[in-house]
Amino acid sequence: MKTLRFSRKHLGIPYALFLALFVVFPLLLIILYAFTKVDPNGYITLSGVKVSITFENFIEFFSKSSNIRVLFISFGLAIVTTALCLVISYPLAYILAKSKLNKNGVLLLLFILPMWINFVLRTAAMKELLFAIGMYSTNRLSFVNTVIGMVYDYLPFTIMPLYTVMIKLDKSLIEASADLGAKPASTFLRVTLPLTVPGIVSAVTMVLLPTTTSYVVSDTLGNGNVTIIGKVIESQFSTVFNWHAGSAIAMVLLVIIFITMWVTNKFTDDDGGSARGNGLW
Amino acid sequence: MVKKLFSGGYVILILLILYAPIMLLVAYSFNMSREIGIWSDEWGFSLYGELIRNEDIMMTVANTFILAIVSSVLSSVLGTIGAIGMFYSKQRARKALNGITQIPIINAEIVTAISIALVCTMFAFGRSYASLLIGHVVLTFPFVVLSVMPKLKQMDNNLYEAALDLGATPTKALFTVIIPEILPGILSGFLLAINLSLDDYIITTFTKPATFDTISTYVFDAYARGGKSSSVPALRALSTIIFIFMILFVVIRYVISNRKAAKKERK
Repeated sequence: MKTLRFSRKHLGIPYALFLALFVVFPLLLIILYAFTKVDPNGYITLSGVKVSITFENFIEFFSKSSNIRVLFISFGLAIVTTALCLVISYPLAYILAKSKLNKNGVLLLLFILPMWINFVLRTAAMKELLFAIGMYSTNRLSFVNTVIGMVYDYLPFTIMPLYTVMIKLDKSLIEASADLGAKPASTFLRVTLPLTVPGIVSAVTMVLLPTTTSYVVSDTLGNGNVTIIGKVIESQFSTVFNWHAGSAIAMVLLVIIFITMWVTNKFTDDDGGSARGNGLW
Repeated sequence: MVKKLFSGGYVILILLILYAPIMLLVAYSFNMSREIGIWSDEWGFSLYGELIRNEDIMMTVANTFILAIVSSVLSSVLGTIGAIGMFYSKQRARKALNGITQIPIINAEIVTAISIALVCTMFAFGRSYASLLIGHVVLTFPFVVLSVMPKLKQMDNNLYEAALDLGATPTKALFTVIIPEILPGILSGFLLAINLSLDDYIITTFTKPATFDTISTYVFDAYARGGKSSSVPALRALSTIIFIFMILFVVIRYVISNRKAAKKERK
C-alpha cells in the first residue's frame, strides 16, 4: 500500500473545510431560514426551534409598500452617490495621473490617507461638520447629508481604480487622434473614455454595493429619516427578532448581488474580486 | 495657464473637503467645548486627560487592536495555506476553491454578518469572542489569498523540485523554499487584513458579545444614537491621536518603499 505522503496540494483540504463550514454553509443557512417560519407543529428543527417550509417571508416583504420604498431609497442613494463619486474623481484622477507634482504618487497618497482613519470615526467627523455649519438640524436635508457623507467616505475608492487606469493610458493614442484631426471632445469620447472603462467598472462595483447596504452612514447622518435595505435586515435581527424575515431580505440581496456580479464580469476579464482594497498596499 | 490654475484649484478644493471634517475634530480636541460649533474660552489638553482617564474607551482601544492582530494572524495563516493548496491543486478544484474564496469579497457585509451569526447560534456558541474572531477571519482571509496568489505565480517552480531532489522533506521544502519566496505577499495581506479589521463595524456588531466594544461600535453608539453631537467629547482626542498615528505610519511606509525602489533602480 502506498503510504500517504504530505504534498503541497494537501494544504487545500483544511482550507476547503473552512470554506465549507464558514462561507458556503452559512449562506445555505440563510436560504433555509428564508424559506421557513417558526411553527410549533413544524417537522423540521432548526437551531432548536420547530419550523415549517413557507414562502410567506418573501410575500410579506414584497407586499409591504414601505419595503418597496426602502428598496428605491437604497438604490437611489447608491446610484446618486456612485455617479457623484465618478464625476468628482474622474477629472481628479486625470489631473493626478498627468501632474508633474505627483512624483512617485505623493499627491495620490494625500487623497488615500483619510481612508486610514476608522470608517465610523470619519463618518462621525462628517456629522460634526454638518452640524457645525447648520446642515444637520433641518430634516429636509437628511437625504442630502447622507449623500454627502457617502461621497466623502467612498471617494478614495473611486479615485484609486481610475488613477490606476489613467497612469497606464498610452499618450500616443491621444496624440494620434488629435493628429488625425479629431477635436478634443471627440478624442475624449472616442479614445480616452473607452480606454478607461475598466477603471470605471471597478470603481462602480466598489461603491455601488456598500452604499446600498451599509447603514453606518445613513444611520449617523440621516437623522432617522433615511432607511436603507441593510438597516431593514439589521432591525429584523436585532429588534424584531424575526430571523426568517431577515434572511429572506438577505436572500433577495444575495440574488441581486450575484446578478450584478455576473453582468459586470462580462465587462471585465479581470479576476473580479480584487476590487476592494486593491492598491491600498 | 488658465487650465493649470483650474486643475490645481480643483485638486486643492477636493483635498480641503476631504480633510475638513478631520481637521474640525483635531481643532476641537484642544477646546473644552461640549459641543462642536461653539468655541469655548478654555483651550488645552484636558480632553486628552479625559481620554486617558476614561477606562471604557481605553478598554475599547485595546480590544480593537488585539482583535485586529489576532484575527489577521489567523487570516494570514489560513489565507497562505489556502493559496498554496489552491495553487497546486488540479484545475477543477482550484477553480471551485477560488470562486468560493471570492464570495466574502463580493457579498454585502450585512449578509456575511448575519450568515455567521446564524451558524454560530446553530453550533451553540452564540455571540462570543470565538464568533467575533470567525467573523473577522471570514472578512479578511480572501484578501490574504489575493495578495499571496501573484507571488506564487511569480515563483520559480524548479526551486521546490530542487529542494526535494536534494533530499528535503516536502514540509521542510515548504518552510524553507516556498514560504520565504511568498513572504512579501503574506505581509501585505496581513496589513490589509489589519486595516479591514480595524475599520469594520457591521460584522463586529453582529458577532460580538454584548459587553464587548471596538472603536467602531463604541463610536457608532456614541454618535448614531447620541443625538446631534457626540456625548463623549474625549472621542475628539482619540480621533486626533489615531489620525496622527496613521499619517506617521503611511509616511514611513511610503519612504521605505521608495528607498527600496531607488535601490533597485541603482542595481
